[in-house]
Amino acid sequence: MKPNLILHVIAKFLIPLIILFALYVQFHGDFGPGGGFQAGVIFSAAIILYSLVFGLESGEKIIPHHWLRILASLGVVIYAGVGIESLFLGGNYLDYTILGSNQIAGQHLGILLVELGVGITVAAAMLILFFAFAGRGRE
Amino acid sequence: MGNHISLLLVIVPLIAAPLVAVLPRGRLPWAVSFAVSVVCAVFAGIQLLSVIQGGVISYELGGWAPPWGIEYRIDAVNAFVALIVSIIAALTLPYALHSAEREIPEEKIPTFYSALLLCLTGLLGITQTGDIFNVFVFLEISSLSSYALISLGKSRQAFTSSYQYLIMGTIGATFYLIGVGLLYSQTGTLNMQDMANILPSVLHLNTVITGFTFIMVGIALKLALFPLHLWLPNAYTYAPTVVTVFLAATATKVAVYVMLRILFTVFPQTFTIATPADELFIVAGMAGVIIASVYAIYQKNIKRLLAYSSVAQIGYMALGIGFASVTGLMATLIHLFNHALMKGALFMAIGAIIYRIDSCRLDQIHGLGRAMPWTFGAIVIGGLSLVGVPGTAGFISKWYLVTAALEQSAWIPVAVILIGSLLAVVYVGKLIEALYFKPVTDNGKTVTEAPLMLLVPTWGLVLANIYFGLDTDLTVGVAEQAAAILGGIKP
Repeated sequence: MKPNLILHVIAKFLIPLIILFALYVQFHGDFGPGGGFQAGVIFSAAIILYSLVFGLESGEKIIPHHWLRILASLGVVIYAGVGIESLFLGGNYLDYTILGSNQIAGQHLGILLVELGVGITVAAAMLILFFAFAGRGRE
Repeated sequence: MGNHISLLLVIVPLIAAPLVAVLPRGRLPWAVSFAVSVVCAVFAGIQLLSVIQGGVISYELGGWAPPWGIEYRIDAVNAFVALIVSIIAALTLPYALHSAEREIPEEKIPTFYSALLLCLTGLLGITQTGDIFNVFVFLEISSLSSYALISLGKSRQAFTSSYQYLIMGTIGATFYLIGVGLLYSQTGTLNMQDMANILPSVLHLNTVITGFTFIMVGIALKLALFPLHLWLPNAYTYAPTVVTVFLAATATKVAVYVMLRILFTVFPQTFTIATPADELFIVAGMAGVIIASVYAIYQKNIKRLLAYSSVAQIGYMALGIGFASVTGLMATLIHLFNHALMKGALFMAIGAIIYRIDSCRLDQIHGLGRAMPWTFGAIVIGGLSLVGVPGTAGFISKWYLVTAALEQSAWIPVAVILIGSLLAVVYVGKLIEALYFKPVTDNGKTVTEAPLMLLVPTWGLVLANIYFGLDTDLTVGVAEQAAAILGGIKP
């Protein structure tokens, strides 16, 4: 791909902001609009933008494909694992209350962890989809 | 533990699925999946026992009380269906080891087992949940994974048939969701039990009737009720054999269960019978039995032949639903179980042939019965059960179905059931004729008996066909209790 100065400069400027915004949406999801799904999509958008501007190979260098696969699985395991943890603590599945010292702390921690799992899986799945389609016809 | 078993039944395969996806190639993914399926079968067995002895199990997810939180609500009906699904999974997985190695590219094996476990999660989830929206979520989990599973088939048609199923399945799921949305707008609840309490007061509203219709059509697509079955023959034919075995024996069964739940638990039975729904089931069931059986006779592909036979068998289940009597529902539930046994056995045996000759064309299997006596024996007994010969499981389902029809003096359905059985004799006969009585086609290959890992699960199901044809304590006993819960009211 032909290097384009304007694209490079703007992308370099925007990508950190996009990632920052993704993290904000991720960790503010329990107070306001947002959450893991949206954050995951925004985060993957940063890497997709990078791959579009700097080429697919440099994009794949940031996160190799087998790592994406592990991350996509990891998110689901985090989500389900939080549920199992509350089982071990004597509550019902996904009963967050039991995770903390009081109800508010427990619910807060529970939703934060679950949304983290969602965020990781969604970001990884979006990137897997992107690389799968973008990489078509290469070999 | 106690009630947690009902939850773990869904969660164990859910957690195993992503873990299996990242395991290295080789036999480890298979081993983990097999272990999970056995664990699920044990859990489902314990669950059924405790439901039969102790009544309904209710599990509140996240500790939120129903009707606000999601509730898993298990009675004899869904405990029975969950047992069918998990036992079939536990029998399919040992079969999967060699069959999948032969039919699926090596690098896709971990993903294959992961998708299979997700499909199991979805199917078990549908049976366990008592939340009408949660059913949709699990329906999508099982459907999306089965689209992926079907597309793993060897031939290029696997992609188109998977795509066809994707479109039809998505329309079905969307219709279901639209229906649920309409019901929610009038009742303000998604909990099935709660909805059943509120619905009688709003039944006269057109919104509710429209919602009912959308749900019926959506689920009818999912269970491949004639004439909405068009996705099924292609999907079953081009999917890898293991996937066909698993889906044929479980996916449509679970859809039948959802149909029963909506018709007889969520909606009052008086409403269901007042609508033309029950008559439609009888008409569609009869048409399915006759037309799909005739189609089956003309097939040149043995997998497609059995796929059309599946559409016909779903017709029998629809007939039982249409009768809306206790005996009719019993017949449907018994056939649910028995059809899983016979189609599982038959598709497994066909898979053993495909394993050896790598073809599923009727003119390629001439005389193979003599080279593969055990596989041939499985096809004969499975076929007899499909026809409904006394001493096999198929006879029991046909018996109850005919009894249910006679109770209502419905002579045409009785005739249709008998004609359907005769048509089954013809297409099973064609299979047996080709396998045993036609001279061997000489293509320079000597065919030997299938490996033990394929034969043992196949014969496990074959012997189950005979066992449940002679000892009906489990099937009829549980079906009786389940039908009483659903409570068909037509005499």
